[in-house]
Amino acid sequence: MDSYESAPQHIASSRLKDYFIGATPLQKRLESVRKQTSFVPTPPRRKIPQCSQLQEDNDPQKVAFLLHKQWTLYSLTPLYKFSYTNLKEYASLLSAFIAAEKQKGLAVEVGEDFNIKVTFSTLLGMKGTQRDPEAFLVQILSKSQLPSENREHKVLWTGWFCCIFGDSLLETVSEDFTCVPLFLANGAETNTAIVGTWFQKTFDCYFSPLAINAFNLSWMAAMWTACKMDQYMAATEFLWSVPCSPQSLDISYAIHPEDAKALWDSVHKTPGEVTQEEVDLFMDCLYSHFHRHFKIHLSATRLVRVSTSVASAHTDGKIKILCHKYLIGVLAYLTELAIFQID
Amino acid sequence: MSVLRPLDKQPGLNTATILLVGTEDALLQQLADAMLKEDCASELKIHLARSLPLPSDVNRPRIDLIMFVVNLHSKYSLQNVEESLRHVDATFFLGKVGFLAMGAGQESHCSIHRNTVTKLANTYRSPVFFCDLEREGFRATVAQRLVRMLQICAGHVPGVSALNLLSLLRNSENPAPEDL
Repeated sequence: MDSYESAPQHIASSRLKDYFIGATPLQKRLESVRKQTSFVPTPPRRKIPQCSQLQEDNDPQKVAFLLHKQWTLYSLTPLYKFSYTNLKEYASLLSAFIAAEKQKGLAVEVGEDFNIKVTFSTLLGMKGTQRDPEAFLVQILSKSQLPSENREHKVLWTGWFCCIFGDSLLETVSEDFTCVPLFLANGAETNTAIVGTWFQKTFDCYFSPLAINAFNLSWMAAMWTACKMDQYMAATEFLWSVPCSPQSLDISYAIHPEDAKALWDSVHKTPGEVTQEEVDLFMDCLYSHFHRHFKIHLSATRLVRVSTSVASAHTDGKIKILCHKYLIGVLAYLTELAIFQID
Repeated sequence: MSVLRPLDKQPGLNTATILLVGTEDALLQQLADAMLKEDCASELKIHLARSLPLPSDVNRPRIDLIMFVVNLHSKYSLQNVEESLRHVDATFFLGKVGFLAMGAGQESHCSIHRNTVTKLANTYRSPVFFCDLEREGFRATVAQRLVRMLQICAGHVPGVSALNLLSLLRNSENPAPEDL
């Protein structure tokens, strides 16, 4: 009786295995939705960010304005019928929309009435592979009405859309859609909301804020510490939030970046890759060192902020990239998180 | 001597005992209260422990079911459970051990990936239940489920044994998790 019951199960499981090996990502995703399991568990290993070939073409001056700024992250579903040739038209449509919204009194700007100018431009070289769509930038500038000689355009708000190594998403959408799942915004919340509304209406897409949980923050800490740096600009810092009543406590832990790198090197085994065990070991070393001195179990608290010389990230979905060399690497990981959130 | 064995004591008359192991003291206490509110023909005894091994100088009844509670927001709770698992005899894992993973709903607060707990449960060939112990309604559902499971493990349900239940729970899962 028992052998009869177990045999069909064995055949079924081996058939499923073969199916999974040959299946395309779309088939796998459909299969997992049908069985209601979650596909793509965290990959056990990821590549350490390196300087990619495409990035060498990148002019450091052109992307310098992307560094040292705090960006708020959103994930974005694919845009329907978006065309890179119509950027000027989109710019004028968006500026008309913003002017209309401001007149409605929904977004009240304190100060004198001034003209808004919107620009759309592509960011060349901000992609992982040739398949990735071009990244593009939207800026809201103010045109000063003062009769002075200096007609400077002050940047009020910046937002940019990109897709770095987004193969898993690109394979599943049809030709009409443009996949730029990662959206980064800097500037007033009201402007982000207005631009978001316009995009959602025009391209039938959906923005959602991208939060980064403690698990992903510790991966970021390990990957960024693993990056080879000639010169360290900032200490490696962590911030934990302790859940306790009435107010939560924050614990901040700063390490000299070279010590952090030395710790990482002692943990790291496979060259060029980061594994889950190495990340766990790296963090456990920090936790046990802290426990030895302060008798506090950091592993029972929640990691909310990680700051290294490469970049710094906050759990609310805020990121600041400090190093031009690893810009693509940081964005690749964020794109992965954004795609995972869309799914 | 500090290893828990399933059959080293005589069973109490019409008594079923569950041991809940986990670092979340307040939530375990609330879960225990919810379980005691359930209608049950057997007399329920609920033991709470932060970790194993249990102190050996206390006279306690035979334990019928152990549930290890992991909070996905806290790596410390997972490490605690992994440490405690060492103090449980292998024969306990024939249907008398289970894992409760809480906090999966708040993805932004998670320090541990769900699959880590699933893999742990698969290694020990035991079922894992994802639950929310903070909200009363969900807690009551989990309590109900645990009480039924406890009755089976204590042998109070005629015709079903702990091992039967374990193989029933295993069959309903898809085979893929074995490969994870």
